[in-house]
Amino acid sequence: MRTSLSHAPLGERGAQIEAHWQVLARSRRFYTILSLGILFVALSGSLWFANDSNSGKFFDRLPHVFDFVEDLVPRDATEIWRAMFNLPSPYYDGSLKYEYVEGRHYVTESLYIPEYFYKMAETLNIALASTIIGFFFGAILSFLAARNMVKSPWLRGPVRRFMEVLRAFPEVVLAGFFLAILSLGPIPAMIAVSIHTIGALGKLFFEVIENADMRPDEGLKAVGASWIERVWFAIVPQVMPNFVSYFLLRLEINVRASTIIGAVGGGGIGEQLRLSISRGHEAKTLAIVLLLLITIIAVDQFSAWLRRKLVGDQAFQAVV
Amino acid sequence: MQSLTAADFDAIAARHPHLLQPSFWSRFTAPIILASAILYLVFCSWLFSVGTVMSSANWGIAGSYLAEWVSYEERPTIAIRDDGTMKVDFPRFDPIGPNPNPDWLQAKRETVTRTITTPATTAQPDAAPASSFSFMAPADPTSATAATAASTQTVTEDVLTHALVQMNPEASIEIAPPSVTVVHGDETLSISLGADSVKAGSALPTWATQRAPGEKIVLSFGFSGWAEVRSDAVIVHKRYLGWAGFFFDIDSPFFGKSWSQIASLLWSGERLDPAQSNLSLAIDNILYNPSWQHLDVWTKLFQTIVMAFVGTLFAMIVAFPLSFIAARNITQNRPINQLTKRFFDFLRSVDMLIWALFFTRAFGPGPLAGISAIFFTDTGTLGKLYAEALENIDDKQREGVKSVGAPPMAVQRFGVLPQVLPVFASQALYFWESNTRSATIIGAVGAGGIGLKLWEAMRTHTNWENVAYMVLLLLIVVFIFDAISNALRSRLIGKRGH
Repeated sequence: MRTSLSHAPLGERGAQIEAHWQVLARSRRFYTILSLGILFVALSGSLWFANDSNSGKFFDRLPHVFDFVEDLVPRDATEIWRAMFNLPSPYYDGSLKYEYVEGRHYVTESLYIPEYFYKMAETLNIALASTIIGFFFGAILSFLAARNMVKSPWLRGPVRRFMEVLRAFPEVVLAGFFLAILSLGPIPAMIAVSIHTIGALGKLFFEVIENADMRPDEGLKAVGASWIERVWFAIVPQVMPNFVSYFLLRLEINVRASTIIGAVGGGGIGEQLRLSISRGHEAKTLAIVLLLLITIIAVDQFSAWLRRKLVGDQAFQAVV
Repeated sequence: MQSLTAADFDAIAARHPHLLQPSFWSRFTAPIILASAILYLVFCSWLFSVGTVMSSANWGIAGSYLAEWVSYEERPTIAIRDDGTMKVDFPRFDPIGPNPNPDWLQAKRETVTRTITTPATTAQPDAAPASSFSFMAPADPTSATAATAASTQTVTEDVLTHALVQMNPEASIEIAPPSVTVVHGDETLSISLGADSVKAGSALPTWATQRAPGEKIVLSFGFSGWAEVRSDAVIVHKRYLGWAGFFFDIDSPFFGKSWSQIASLLWSGERLDPAQSNLSLAIDNILYNPSWQHLDVWTKLFQTIVMAFVGTLFAMIVAFPLSFIAARNITQNRPINQLTKRFFDFLRSVDMLIWALFFTRAFGPGPLAGISAIFFTDTGTLGKLYAEALENIDDKQREGVKSVGAPPMAVQRFGVLPQVLPVFASQALYFWESNTRSATIIGAVGAGGIGLKLWEAMRTHTNWENVAYMVLLLLIVVFIFDAISNALRSRLIGKRGH
């Protein structure tokens, strides 16, 4: 943005300042260009590497990228509803592709829960149960990790490191390990998601606790309250809205996480989705995707509404 | 200010009891919520039948799987023949190496000439073994029974008649067919081997198990390993702490050499392989170590990192302009705002898993699928967060720039960008770091990276040490990225966050 003001000649001091400013601006520009250059080199190197080690090459596959869309078109649109609600298909020819009726879960003689709804409920239950477990243990650990509640760094440090390890430990390994011991089923997924949740919530929780107002705590300390009484009557009422807000946020994440863990062997809707995509059952795939989409949007909206009620707009401030 | 005496307080309490009686809900919120959470968990444990799964789980195996993360086993099989002689065999790829002679296995060797029946003659399985113990020179001319039928032949070989396996300083297994004596601390168990059955001399102690009378007896020695006593063999699993052959596998010429030996070989030794120098041979042996596959693991780990990096960076680049369109206060066009926001919601709500599965079909298994999955999901997430950040900006700065007649682009550049750019970058960094973790999981469904390798190593249930190695690498990477991203973020936005 050039200005057309005429310049008055600068004094000696002014010239010095201008020269200094120019040096600063130049070095700043240099660092910007340098970091953009490094980023560019890293990006193109990464892209080359990714393309090179992929089984199909990007430009070879590009014309076929949308081939899978063709595999996703069912014989007619109502097939999706039949797949979703386990209604018999007119195209049924004995193959698994049009076999929808088999998966019904009968509650009574005639009333049944459609298979994918049942599986979706299983995934939701995994997510909810493991978020509750994670909330409980995360809350306990977070009070031991908060600087204002535990003075001794010898307790605080190990608890924090422990939570970091829980958080960073790959969920897929936890799921695989418990899958090996407990055999197939939703419990390995639940354990894996719970363990990760303990670490993730614990970290957010102790940061909330450290920001709490300590005056109620001092008041309780003055009348000789025990540590547990101080936690329960001074800190918990302050932090509970934030804790619940993080709980809901984590619930959204865990619904997705338990779907993914399900796909690698933890049961639930994720496994159904992986199977139906790999077998090329288009109507079933679309039914599951639709169901997942609706569920995730519903969970997100519900949790956003509840969080807004609990902590107001603060819950939507950028997490930085 | 007047102070309230206890009597006044009581008087007020008597007059207005409802003031000091909290409502039912506020009194019992915590117990009610706790009780419903517990009830729900009980319901879940019924739904998932946690009890039966837990009780049918093989917790003994859990211990040994966990031990395998940090240890390895040497597994000699001591085969016992009908005549009471024994033979020690190590599996071909046993970590003990090609020429096993462990000092924990003391054996009395004897040279025996004996006639063995070749499998061709199955008519008389109980043919007398006709073994003659000879303590003399092996080639005893008198025993040359060359005139026997074609179905039998006479061999002279080294066999064991007595073996002592020292599991740890307190425990040992002494094998002297037809009896096996196990010492475990101050307990001793003697086992007698029948033709087809195994019988314990006394009641089994807690460290020995037998599923049915006559079947094999499994002896457990804690971390030192375990052994199986069968009627025709004793299979020993002796456990050591550490990772076997981490640098050089048993096939490598450097196997079993000390570090100083290796150093001198690298520095000035004879060429082990005439085609290449010792250094390049050593590097080659390490990188292509068949049981650890270092090069492959590192490549896959790098793929995971690249997936997270490229996916997040592209998502940031695409979400950046879109978020300006989605923000209510920047683009004043409600339908377009709503359309962009719903588009973000769509990208976000179609799970990363679904994108990963689709792109694995589109690009084939590999990091391109992972990059695309992360890119699509995170364009939605970052776009939503960016739009929210834009809607929360301070309008004064923007109006100031606008009031001096700046063109629209300049308004965004000088009025908006300085406020949001640190937040944008910080969020992208946060997602970069958390995507390193997500990339591991979606890798397991075929979207490239270390996930699939981890999953395959776990599926065999035997390569837990490789799992431990990859987990360790992943933890290191995640911690380093966590530190980098935290440092960059606190530089970008100052120390005010959290």
